[in-house]
Amino acid sequence: MSRLPDAEKLCTKLVAELAPRIVPGTAMIGLHTGGVWLAERLHAALNLKEPLGTLDVAFYRDDYHQQGLARNPKRSRIPFDVAGRDLLLVDDVIYTGRTVRAAMNELFDYGRPQSIALVVLADRGGRQLPVCPQYCGALVDVPQGMRLRLKRGPDDKLALELEHGA
Amino acid sequence: MERNPQLNKNGELQHLLSIEGLPREILTSVLDTANSFVGVTGREVKKVPLLRGKSVFNLFFEPSTRTRTTFEIAAKRLSADVINLNVAVSSHTKGESLLDTVANLSAMQADLFVVRHGSAGAPFLIARHVKPHEHVINAGDGRHAHPTQGLLDLYTIRHYRKDFSNLVVAVVGDVLHSRVARSLIHGLTTLGTPEVRVIGPQTLLPAGVEALGVRVFHSMREGLRDCDVVVMLRLQSERMRGALLPSAQEFFKHYGLTAEKLALAKPDAIVMHPGPMNRGVEIASTVADGPHSVILPQVTFGIAVRMAVMSIVAGN
Amino acid sequence: MRLLIRNGRVVDPASGRDAPGDVLLAEGRIAALDGEAREDVKRRPADRTLDAKGLVVAPGLIDLSARLREPGYEYKATLESELDAAVAGGVTSLACPPDTDPPLDEPGLVDMLRRRAKALARARVYPIGALSVKLEGESLTEMAELAEAGCVAFSQANAPLTDTQVLWRALQYAATFGFRIWLRAQDVWLARGGVAHDGDVATRLGLPGIPAFAETVALGTILELVRATGTHVHLCRLSSAAGVEMMRRAKADGLPVTCDVGIHHVHLSEMDLGYFDSHCRLDPPLRSQRDRDALGAGLADGTIDCACSDHTPVDEDEKNIPFAEAEPGATGLELLLPLTLKWGAARRLPLAATLARVTSDAARVLGVQSGRIQVGAPADLVLFDPAAPFRISAEALKSQGKNSPFLGYELVGRASATLVAGNVVFERA
Repeated sequence: MSRLPDAEKLCTKLVAELAPRIVPGTAMIGLHTGGVWLAERLHAALNLKEPLGTLDVAFYRDDYHQQGLARNPKRSRIPFDVAGRDLLLVDDVIYTGRTVRAAMNELFDYGRPQSIALVVLADRGGRQLPVCPQYCGALVDVPQGMRLRLKRGPDDKLALELEHGA
Repeated sequence: MERNPQLNKNGELQHLLSIEGLPREILTSVLDTANSFVGVTGREVKKVPLLRGKSVFNLFFEPSTRTRTTFEIAAKRLSADVINLNVAVSSHTKGESLLDTVANLSAMQADLFVVRHGSAGAPFLIARHVKPHEHVINAGDGRHAHPTQGLLDLYTIRHYRKDFSNLVVAVVGDVLHSRVARSLIHGLTTLGTPEVRVIGPQTLLPAGVEALGVRVFHSMREGLRDCDVVVMLRLQSERMRGALLPSAQEFFKHYGLTAEKLALAKPDAIVMHPGPMNRGVEIASTVADGPHSVILPQVTFGIAVRMAVMSIVAGN
Repeated sequence: MRLLIRNGRVVDPASGRDAPGDVLLAEGRIAALDGEAREDVKRRPADRTLDAKGLVVAPGLIDLSARLREPGYEYKATLESELDAAVAGGVTSLACPPDTDPPLDEPGLVDMLRRRAKALARARVYPIGALSVKLEGESLTEMAELAEAGCVAFSQANAPLTDTQVLWRALQYAATFGFRIWLRAQDVWLARGGVAHDGDVATRLGLPGIPAFAETVALGTILELVRATGTHVHLCRLSSAAGVEMMRRAKADGLPVTCDVGIHHVHLSEMDLGYFDSHCRLDPPLRSQRDRDALGAGLADGTIDCACSDHTPVDEDEKNIPFAEAEPGATGLELLLPLTLKWGAARRLPLAATLARVTSDAARVLGVQSGRIQVGAPADLVLFDPAAPFRISAEALKSQGKNSPFLGYELVGRASATLVAGNVVFERA
């Protein structure tokens, strides 16, 4: 869709914004699935020393009792010590803020980080919790009843897409 | 005919009563979810909040420390409250009926019942009578089924062998009395294992066992040839008294797993046992402690599998 | 009382008659049929006339096995409730097994049972006396005394008689007086601990099994003893194809044997256990589909003489427990007629042949005069609708036993009226 921003351009923009605040101990964690793709890009571009962590918030979602357990959750892997760490939490799209809330709860079960900064490619508004990204690629308007998704093409190119669904 | 009581109207798992009757997708989903839980145990906080505020009642009519403990650990790692009830049932005393016991517990706001009972079908009876938000997990009913054990056995096999579609699996020993064997056989056939063998004397194999989809062997040497997985079943001492077997020694000679017999299987074959083991009866110590044995990892996987089962049913 | 039944489809299995007609009853007997009946009432009107338009008029059913639970098990059922159930199902005579508490091994108990039943004036009750004292299989009962008190045969019900020497002596003693012995063929050791047929379903469900040869091993023993003693033996509740085959050969050999099948076993098999449905926990167990089909065929070709309900009211508390712990048995008095019709329809038998198995043939085994529509026979009749289906529900069952595998089924063959000795003992509103 022509009015959606170019994900690749947003990626480059984020790398530029993040580069100044990277210190040796900085670690990055991507949220499955779109957030991991974005994080892999940023991690490589920013040349982070610590290996990339990945998080699946299936076990921390607040809608478990309404929706049941998400199908086939992935395994969360944090291959570094969270305690005392400056973390960059990366997701593709932020909407209600509930996923980020769940991710933070999960992270704190690994240990007590020094700080968490939220990095998102797109912010579609519609927050239901007091959560906001420190680094944001672009604000995007999403029509009612549609979903904003990050897709990764066969050539590894990232693109934002709209699809039907909540 | 009654609908499969394990699945709700949407075909989702609301109780785990037996592996038989579960579609392949549900089995795979449980194994995949268990995989995610394996990571939890390595963290500082070994818990996830899924079942916070929920009550899990362990209703064990047959004594068992091992299974009950793993269910308790699994429930606590899901942040649930766990209540253990060891109901000793003597066949001669007429106490409270099974359904009355469950109704009383339900009045105490139970969410999940983990039930082990000596009579086949007891968990089905319970599942027919619980309230819509209550869930039942079968921790073993008579000879019929032990689905969480079957699932953790499947998980173990998948962990070491990745793909069921090219495996030869042998289940050895007292299949007649084994709920573990029945559950595992159903799981293996559902997941497309091309050859499942049962090995044992005629007295320990049930009537029409081939109808479960297995090949029958009475000779262990023939049965173990080229196997990828060998599952040894526990032999209980009562079998000697019931005129099913003359002695443990004769059983070990013909059906016990020794290094020498294991050499007939594939070189990288894995050896499993649901436990507890009778060393020198169904399995030699050298094999139980040897490089092919995955008996201890089975126990670890058991916690993750039970966490997966509980979190899937409790959410449906 | 003179009672005329008009406009019905009169079926008499004994003679094969199946034709429209009228039946006149007087003084407890069938006084006249058809033209003669119409002439008779022209001369002297009937006191009451029943219009049987659209209904079948048949002999009242004779059920060879119905547990009335008295004496001793009144919390499960009573004579009132069960005899109400019997006539509501068109059953006008029934034999009750001796496994009451205390068992029917004393003339006084038999006498009291007969008096109570007679006073209730519903179905006729024929007690089967205990073959051994307390049914323990050790010493003989006073069969002659029990016969005088009203027992029509002697049996062990479902209690085992393992001492073959005692069994032999019991048969010899019975033969002395010409008494009939009714026996269940089941080897107690092979059946020990079993709760279901030892086959594919029991293997899947992990239930201890009773192999079919538990029946044939015992049957072989019994048939050999019959050969030796000449005693008339009735084999109760066949359950296997192999058992039917053995009976076929025994009859061909001219042995004085008859046999019956529980009507449930002609319709259901081990497959009906489903998810451990304890309403299908029966004794003998429901066996394979092949066995079920052989029983149905055996009943059709006469190898099996009759079908019975084996009516066993069981409290819900004894069924709402795990399968292996549940008490075996199903309620069946009110279902004998519809289930027999269902069997006959599936086999495409004429109505007279279908009904024979629960009327004239059962009368022959029991040694009674009822079970036929002929002048001079006892006026035991049932009027039923052969076409309108009705749903089986726990509330509608008159028996205190609601334990039926057929709850929720739609069946055909609802009794509209039942008469015993010329009196209307049941009438549907």
